[in-house]
Amino acid sequence: MTIGLLSLLIWLPIIGGIAVILLGGRFGSDRWLSLGVAVTTFVLSLPLWAGFETGTADMQFVERMPWIRMFRAEYFLGVDGFSMPLIMLTTFLTPIVVLAGWEIIKVKPAQYFAAFLIMEGLMIGVFAALDALLFYVFWEAMLVPMFIIIGVWGGEQRVYATVKFFLYTFFGSVFMLLALIYLYLQTGSYSILEFHQVPLSLNEQILIFLAFLIAFAVKVPMWPVHTWLPDAHVQAPTGGSVILAAVLLKMGGYGFLRFSLPIAPDASQTLDVLMIALSLIAVVYIGFVALVQQDMKKLIAYSSIAHMGFVTLGFFIAWAILARTGQDAGIAMGLTGGMVQMVSHGFISGALFLCVGVMYDRLHSRDINAYGGVANTMPKFAAFMVLFAMANAGLPGTSGFVGEFLVILASFKANVWYAVLAATTLILGAAYTLWMVKRVIFGAVGNDKVAALEDVNGREFLLLGLLALFVLALGLWPAPLVDVMNATVDNLAAHITQSKL
Amino acid sequence: MTNIYLAIVLAPLTAALIAGLFGKQIGRAGAHSVTILGVGASFVLSAWVLWNQFVNNAPADNVSVYTWMVTDGVRMEVGFLIDRLSALMMTVVTFVSLMVHIYTIGYMHDDPGYQRFFSYISLFTFAMLMLVMANNMLQLFFGWEAVGLVSYLLIGFWYTRPTAIFANLKAFIVNRVGDFGFLLGIAVLLYLTGSLDYAEIFGQAASLQGETLEVVDGRPWSALTVACILLFVGAMGKSAQVPLHVWLPDSMEGPTPISALIHAATMVTAGVFLVARMSPLFEYSETALTVVLVIGAITALFTGFLGIVQNDIKRVVAYSTLSQLGYMMVAQGASAYAVGIYHLMTHAFFKALLFLAAGSVIIALHHEQDIRRMGGLRKYLPITYWTSLIGSLALIGFPGFSGFFSKDALIEAVHLADIPGSTFAYYCVLSGVFVTALYSFRMFFLVFHGPERISDDARGHLHEPPAVVTGPLIMLAIPSLLIGWFTLGPVVFENFFGRSLFVLPAHDVIRELLPEWHGPLDFVLHSFASPVLYLALGGVFVAWYLYLYKPSIPEQLQARLSWLYGLLDKKYYADVMAEQVIPAGGRGIGRLFSQVGDVGLIDGLAVNGSARLIGWFASIARRVQRGYLYDYAFAMILGLFAMVTWFLLT
Repeated sequence: MTIGLLSLLIWLPIIGGIAVILLGGRFGSDRWLSLGVAVTTFVLSLPLWAGFETGTADMQFVERMPWIRMFRAEYFLGVDGFSMPLIMLTTFLTPIVVLAGWEIIKVKPAQYFAAFLIMEGLMIGVFAALDALLFYVFWEAMLVPMFIIIGVWGGEQRVYATVKFFLYTFFGSVFMLLALIYLYLQTGSYSILEFHQVPLSLNEQILIFLAFLIAFAVKVPMWPVHTWLPDAHVQAPTGGSVILAAVLLKMGGYGFLRFSLPIAPDASQTLDVLMIALSLIAVVYIGFVALVQQDMKKLIAYSSIAHMGFVTLGFFIAWAILARTGQDAGIAMGLTGGMVQMVSHGFISGALFLCVGVMYDRLHSRDINAYGGVANTMPKFAAFMVLFAMANAGLPGTSGFVGEFLVILASFKANVWYAVLAATTLILGAAYTLWMVKRVIFGAVGNDKVAALEDVNGREFLLLGLLALFVLALGLWPAPLVDVMNATVDNLAAHITQSKL
Repeated sequence: MTNIYLAIVLAPLTAALIAGLFGKQIGRAGAHSVTILGVGASFVLSAWVLWNQFVNNAPADNVSVYTWMVTDGVRMEVGFLIDRLSALMMTVVTFVSLMVHIYTIGYMHDDPGYQRFFSYISLFTFAMLMLVMANNMLQLFFGWEAVGLVSYLLIGFWYTRPTAIFANLKAFIVNRVGDFGFLLGIAVLLYLTGSLDYAEIFGQAASLQGETLEVVDGRPWSALTVACILLFVGAMGKSAQVPLHVWLPDSMEGPTPISALIHAATMVTAGVFLVARMSPLFEYSETALTVVLVIGAITALFTGFLGIVQNDIKRVVAYSTLSQLGYMMVAQGASAYAVGIYHLMTHAFFKALLFLAAGSVIIALHHEQDIRRMGGLRKYLPITYWTSLIGSLALIGFPGFSGFFSKDALIEAVHLADIPGSTFAYYCVLSGVFVTALYSFRMFFLVFHGPERISDDARGHLHEPPAVVTGPLIMLAIPSLLIGWFTLGPVVFENFFGRSLFVLPAHDVIRELLPEWHGPLDFVLHSFASPVLYLALGGVFVAWYLYLYKPSIPEQLQARLSWLYGLLDKKYYADVMAEQVIPAGGRGIGRLFSQVGDVGLIDGLAVNGSARLIGWFASIARRVQRGYLYDYAFAMILGLFAMVTWFLLT
C-alpha cells in the first residue's frame, strides 16, 4: 500500500510532534527537529500546488479506504480549489510559528513545538477530509492542542480564556455532530460529497443549516458569538495567536463552503438576510469596537472579526444578486472574494500578531500606551509594521485589498446598501489600524524602555520578510491563487443556485 | 511601445527601491543620483511620448501589461492608456518631480532621513504615473491609493513631531472618506457595464443614459449620475474640495519639496484629472456636472478667504492651492475640460515654483515659517525674490504670465456655460480673482518688502541658498512666465486633446469661445477690457495699501471685525468638525459598542451570566447531596410525609 500525499501531510507532522515529545530534547535540539518536520511538510506540500489541475472542480489527490465498517465511515481524503490553498497556508505558516517561538519559549519547549506540529496535521486533516466522521474527529481533536497552547504558555488569565474558548467551540460542534448524524441517516454514508447531492425539504435544510451555523459562526467568529476571540488572542502566546488567527478562523468559512452552502442551499437562501446582517454588523460594529481598544492584540483580534465579516458577506450574497439582477454574474466574484480574503487574512493577521510578539518579547506589554516612537529605535521593524498595517487597512497592491475589493463589487450587485456598509471598512479599517500605528510606531521616544529597544534580529527579519513578500505578491498578482479556485467556485455557484426542493 | 511605457513607470520604482532598501550601502550621493537618474529617464521618455502624440499625431495607445486576475468572467488587468491627456500629465508630473528631486539635494542637505526621502519621492512618481497612465478603474484606484500612501509617509516624514503624525493620519483618513465614494463609484460602473476597462465603460456610456438605480426604494435615480457623483467624492478627497479640504493645509507639516510636488503640483490635481478622464461619463449627467461646478466654486472662493488671515508662509500657499484646485474643478463642471487641464498644467509650474521659493526663504531663515518675522528679504535673496514675483504674478493671472492665459480662458468658459449653477460659479471665480491677488501679494509684500522683522539669530547667515535650490526655481520660472504664449492656442483651442476628452456639443463652451480667439497677443490685449484684470490689480493695490502703506489698518480691522476674523481664523470651524467632533463621535460609538455591547451585554449578561446561572443552580443543587446521612433521612421523611398527605387528601 502506498501512502498518498495528503496522508503524508497529515501524519508526518503528527508523528513528528509525538517524536519531539518522546525524545524531549535528548538527541540535539527540539527546535531543530521541529523546524525540520515543519519545513519538510511544507516542501512536501509543494507538489500539491504544482500538481493541482486548475480546470476541474473534482476532488484531487483522492485517497479512499474503509475506516469504520460498522458506520460505513471511510478514510476519505481529497482537495479542491477551496481546501488546497488553505492547506498551503497551513504548511507555510507552521514553520513560521516554530521559528517565532525559537528563543522565546523557555518552559517545556518540546511540548510547545510538538503541540504546533500535531495541530498542523489535524488542521490539514480538517481541510482534506471528505468523510464527515473523519472531518469531525479532526475538527474536535484540533481543539486539544490549541487548548494546551493557550492554557500552558498563555498569559495571566489564561484559564478563563481557555475555558471560554473551549466551551464556545465545543458547544458549537455538538450541534454540527447532530446534523452530520442526521445526514448519515438520510444518505447511509458519511461521504460529504454525497451529502451535497441528497435532496432535503426546506425544514430539514433549515435545521441542518442552523446546526452548522452554530458551529461555524463560533469559529469564524461572527457577531454575537465572537467574544471568545479577543480573550483567547490576548492570553495566547504569539505562535498561538498566529495560528489561531491565520488558520483556525478559516475553519468556519471553510465549513460554510464545504457544508452549509452545498448541503442546504435553499436554507441558505431563506436565511441569507440573517447571514448578511451578521456580516455587516461584524464589519461596522466591530470596526467601531476596534477603534477604542487599548490592547494591541485585542485590537487586531477585533480587526480580524471585522475582516471575517467580508468572508461571510461574500459567501451569502448570491441569492440577493440573483433576485436583483436576474443573472448569476457576481456570485462567483463574491465567493472568490471571500476565499481570497481568508488566505490574505492568514498572512496579514499572522504578521500583525508576530509584530506584536516582537514588541512584547522586548517590553512585556501589549498596551498601546506603553509604547510610542518605536520607529526611532526599531526602524526596520517599523517599516514592516507600517506595511502590514497598510495591508490590514486594505491598501491596493497588498493582499488585504483583493478580497475586500471583490466582495464590495459583488455586494453592490446584491444591494447598494450592503456595499455602502461594507465599504465603511475603508474608513474604519484605516482609522483603527493607523491610529494604533501612530501611537505605537511614530512620535518621539515614549519612555526609557522604548529608548532601549533593539531592532529585529535576523530570525525576526526572516519571518516578517517572508510574510511581507507574500502579502505583496498576492496583492500585485492574485491571479495564481484565483485561477486555482475558479473551477471550484464556478461549480459551487452553479450548485447553490439550483434548488434542492 | 509597451516597453517604453514600462520603463517610464519602472525607472522611478526601481530607483525608489534601491534608495529605500540599500540607502545605507549607496550613501547619500548614491541615493540622490539613482533617483534623479530614474526620474530623469522617466521624464525624457515621457517628453518623447508627448512629442510623438503631439507632433507625430500618434494614435492613442491602449496596451495591456498583465492580467491581474480573471474572476467571474471579469478580466482585471494592469495596462496603459496613452493618449494626449495622459501624455501631457506624464510630462508635467515627471518634470516637476525632476525639479523637486534636484531641489531636495539642497533642502534636505542636513536631514538624517536623506535616503528615505529620495526613496519616497521616487515612489510617489511611480504611483502618480500608474494613476495617470491607467487604462482601467482597478489600476486607477491602485495609483490613487498609492499616492495617498506616499503622501501619508511624506507628511509624517519627520515622525517625531506630534503635529506631523497627526496631520498624516488626518490626511489619510479624510482621503479614505473620498475613496469610500470612489470605490462605490467603481462598483456602480461594474454593475452597469460588467467591466472595469475604460474602453468598455466609455463605449457603453451613451447607452447607459436611461439606466436607473434605486438607491432608496421607489426612487429611481439616473445610474450615471450616481456613478459620477460617487467618483467625484473620491476626487473631492484627493483634490481637497470642500468639505474634504481639511487635510491639505495640515499636510504642510511635511518637508517643503513634497508640498511643492505632491500637495500642489501633482497629486492633488488627480481629482481634476479623474473628472477629465471620466468626461465620457460626466457629460451624460448634468446633475453631476452641476455638483462639480458648485463644489468647485465654493472651494475656489471660500478657501481663498482663509489665505488672507494665515501667517505661516506655507499655509498661505496651501490655501491658495485649495482655491486654485477649486478653479480647475469649476472648469471641469462647466465641461471645459481642456481649460481645466490647461490650468492644472500652468498651476503645476507656478505653484511648484511658489512652494520651492517659500522653501528657499525657509532655508535662508533657518526654518522660520512665520511671515510676521520676515520682511525686506528682497536684497538678501534676489533670485528667490524675482522668481517669487514671477510665480505670484502668474498666480494672480497678470496679463502675459502663464496663469493669466489659463485663468482668463477658464473664467470666460464658465461665463458661457449654461448648466444649473454656472452663474453662481462665475461670480465665485470672478471675485476669487480679487481674493487671490490680495492674499498672494499680502504674503509677497510681508516677506520681501517693508521693514525687516527678522530675528537676529536668523539674520547672521542670511544668504541665497545654493544652486541646487535656485536652479529649479529658475527652471520653473521659465514656464511660469512664458508657457502660456505658445501653448494656450494649441492645447485649448486647437483640439489638442482630441478624443481623449469627450464633450457633448450642447456643453461645448470652448467651441463657443473659439470665434474670440485670435492668437495670444490679442488675448492679452483683450484682457484690458475685462473686469478680471482690474480685480487682480485691485487686489494687489489693496494688499500694498494695507500691508505696506498703512499696516495699522489690518490690526484695526481685525479688532473691529473680530467675529469675521474668528470665523476665518477657525477656518469656518471645519477643522473643529474634522478633528474633534467627528473623531470623538466615532470613539464614543466605539466605546458604547465595546462597553455596553461586547463587555456588558454579550460577555457580561449572556456569556458570564449563563456561567453564573449554572454556577448558582449548582450551588443550590449541591446542598441536597452533601453525603450526610441525616440529610437523606430527613429528605425521606419529608417525602413520606408528602406522599401520605397526598394519599389522604385524594
